[in-house]
Amino acid sequence: MPVDGFMYPNEVELQWSVLIVLYPFLTGLVAGAFILASLERIFHVNAVKPTYRLALLTALSFLLISPLPLQLHLGRPERSLEMYLTPHRTSAMAMFGFVYLWYLMAVLVLEIWLDYRHEIVKLATSSTGWKRIVYRLMTLGSRNISEGALKVDDRVGYAVTMIGIPSAFLLHGYVGFIFGSVKANPWWSSPLMPVVFLFSAMVSGIAMVMLLYMGFTRLRRQLIDMRCVDTIAQYLLYIFLIDFALEMLDLIHRIYEADESFRSLGFMLHTKLFFSQVILQVLLGTVVPIALLGLIQFTNLAEHLRRKIYATSAVLALIGIFAMRWNVVIGGQLFSKSFLGYTSYKLDLISREGLFVAGGLMVLPFVVLYVLIKVLPPWPTETVKVAAAN
Amino acid sequence: MSITRRQILILLPAAALSWKYLLAGAPELAPNYTQSEHWWGMLIDIPKCIGCGNCVRACKAENNVPDGYFRTWVERYHVDDFHIETPTVDSPDGAIDGFPGSKEQGGKNFFVPKLCNHCVDSPCTQVCPVGATFDSKDGVVLIDEKYCLGCRYCIQACPYGCRFLHPEKKTAEKCTLCYHRITKGFTTACAENCPTGARQLADLKNPSDPIHEYLKTHSVQVLKPHLATGAKVYYSGLDGSVR
Amino acid sequence: MAKLKDSEHLLRLAAVFLVIFLSFLFIRTHFVPKSFGLYGHYRADALKEITARPMAFAGHQACAECHDDVVKTKAVGKHAVVNCEACHGALQKHVEDPASVIPQLPDTGVLCARCHEANLAKPKAFPQLSTKDHSGGEKCKTCHQPHSPLLQPGGRK
Repeated sequence: MPVDGFMYPNEVELQWSVLIVLYPFLTGLVAGAFILASLERIFHVNAVKPTYRLALLTALSFLLISPLPLQLHLGRPERSLEMYLTPHRTSAMAMFGFVYLWYLMAVLVLEIWLDYRHEIVKLATSSTGWKRIVYRLMTLGSRNISEGALKVDDRVGYAVTMIGIPSAFLLHGYVGFIFGSVKANPWWSSPLMPVVFLFSAMVSGIAMVMLLYMGFTRLRRQLIDMRCVDTIAQYLLYIFLIDFALEMLDLIHRIYEADESFRSLGFMLHTKLFFSQVILQVLLGTVVPIALLGLIQFTNLAEHLRRKIYATSAVLALIGIFAMRWNVVIGGQLFSKSFLGYTSYKLDLISREGLFVAGGLMVLPFVVLYVLIKVLPPWPTETVKVAAAN
Repeated sequence: MSITRRQILILLPAAALSWKYLLAGAPELAPNYTQSEHWWGMLIDIPKCIGCGNCVRACKAENNVPDGYFRTWVERYHVDDFHIETPTVDSPDGAIDGFPGSKEQGGKNFFVPKLCNHCVDSPCTQVCPVGATFDSKDGVVLIDEKYCLGCRYCIQACPYGCRFLHPEKKTAEKCTLCYHRITKGFTTACAENCPTGARQLADLKNPSDPIHEYLKTHSVQVLKPHLATGAKVYYSGLDGSVR
Repeated sequence: MAKLKDSEHLLRLAAVFLVIFLSFLFIRTHFVPKSFGLYGHYRADALKEITARPMAFAGHQACAECHDDVVKTKAVGKHAVVNCEACHGALQKHVEDPASVIPQLPDTGVLCARCHEANLAKPKAFPQLSTKDHSGGEKCKTCHQPHSPLLQPGGRK
């Protein structure tokens, strides 16, 4: 493995691979999609209601797949249950199992169940075959969809969403803390880390749901609700600006203080991380989408142009946020803790932590989403043309 | 004084819970070895190190260290004049075969052996999610290779780069201060085989250990003191350029 | 009561969660290693396992029992602080079965240079030289007795 300069002998090989890049990317999408859903539920932003259920199902799809990269990365995956059996209270990583379970069961599954219960009970009687069994299981034996019951569902759902927002923050914030609390690594160690992770997660989640909404609506040959996507794009812009400000704050702070790690990190940024950080993450992944989305705020562009811009911005944002995770995880391991050298990351193709596996794990959530949409359709089954933006 | 029912209700379960620990007592690790009587560390005398690499070879033989990974290694420093922030450092294969002749001429040159510092406030123990790495009561940071799940968080958290993932066992590994030797009255493999006495095991709780006298008469440092890890490997004659 | 009837499905869900939680507790008692937590947040048996590992080096105290003469020679020479296994390798197996495990003598052509080949980074006061210039390829043992390597006045060992 080519080493520039000097690295401690055990540092030459990277410990955390592309799978560990993938994990925060996936859980970030979960947190972001959920925040978008909560915009409607808690903050009564009615314009985004068409994406409510889709956002929840998207969050669930990504949440179900997110433990897989971790399992595949472990040296001894058969021992992973130990995190539940004997969690070490001082370890942020030990919190993973519980935060994940909490978020899965007490927030997402509960909220989706409460919101869909009406249809589930109906489908339990109207459907046939194996689908009927699935729906009947999901009713948990209760067929009560009276007005009183649905009111209870609504109130409890509201409470769940309320708890869900800080839970989503915790689900992804702790990932940021896993990196941010490592004093041995100056690229990671920062109190800003959980906040940066969280806001970039929100960007990715919102962008993903917007993209999925536009894509699915097109596939269903329906009219895209412009009032909806215009509002989503606005929120995307706001969160993006905060995210950008936070990252620039980190950069400016580092340049100004120029501590002992600065020379080494700066060199790494100019060389090994130049393409992934400067070009992909900052320019293409942040500045360009912000400029595009900002442009829309100050001009009066036609609908089809706006849609193209939204789609482009969303794709660029997702690439940029993935690049950000890459730069944090991989970047943090490319330089020596002696600040005297660098190594390189060899991403192989077919190993357990290789490119093909990573690619497969990126596709899998969409497969799960497809299944979820079939079982719990987020849209009314009759074809309805939604009114255009007012 | 009579015991009230309330007191019994509290004392009984408490007693039942602590009985298990009482019965366990102190671990019977080796004959005549009591953990609480020892507090292990190491003294490294830089001016004595000749970079022969005997320690690296000995450690490998004693602990079956896999090729390409190092529980201990030696670094060679070359410092030009006052440029202590930018030394030239090398460690060819961890110095397992010593060092070839220097390419650099002049300047200040010396060797620095490195190993796990068995920190009192070890960041690696702090981040282990399951309790596979732990601090023993006699001050040695150890790894339970039957319990480690290979998440590698500890390897990321160690500021000194002393940990690695065993390529076959797929669990984390590092210097154990030859715990299996020191509990039986022997010294570590590296100290045993150091021909100049540059590496010496130190029992900080033993009043007759020579380290106490040494510390009174020499200046010592630990690596990366600003990280407050509580490192217990003391370096005598350590240059400011050492990373 | 109307209210309770309308919340009944929530109670069913709570029951499901409770079952899951209780089975987790049961699994926990079954799978957590018995010795875990006795001395701290780790498996106490690990201490015993680590301590029980076999030693490869016997330690210099073991050699005097049979090789007392060599030990005495070494003790007054320049190599007094160099332990036996530093040159002769790991010898615990030999100590356990001296008759059948006969260690190979190290090759002085390779062994001595490891410490004594001249290197800028070695302490100035440490005896070092260019072996090529010094002996022209001849093995060190030709002139030096490894256990007391300093040449006696007048020439060879």
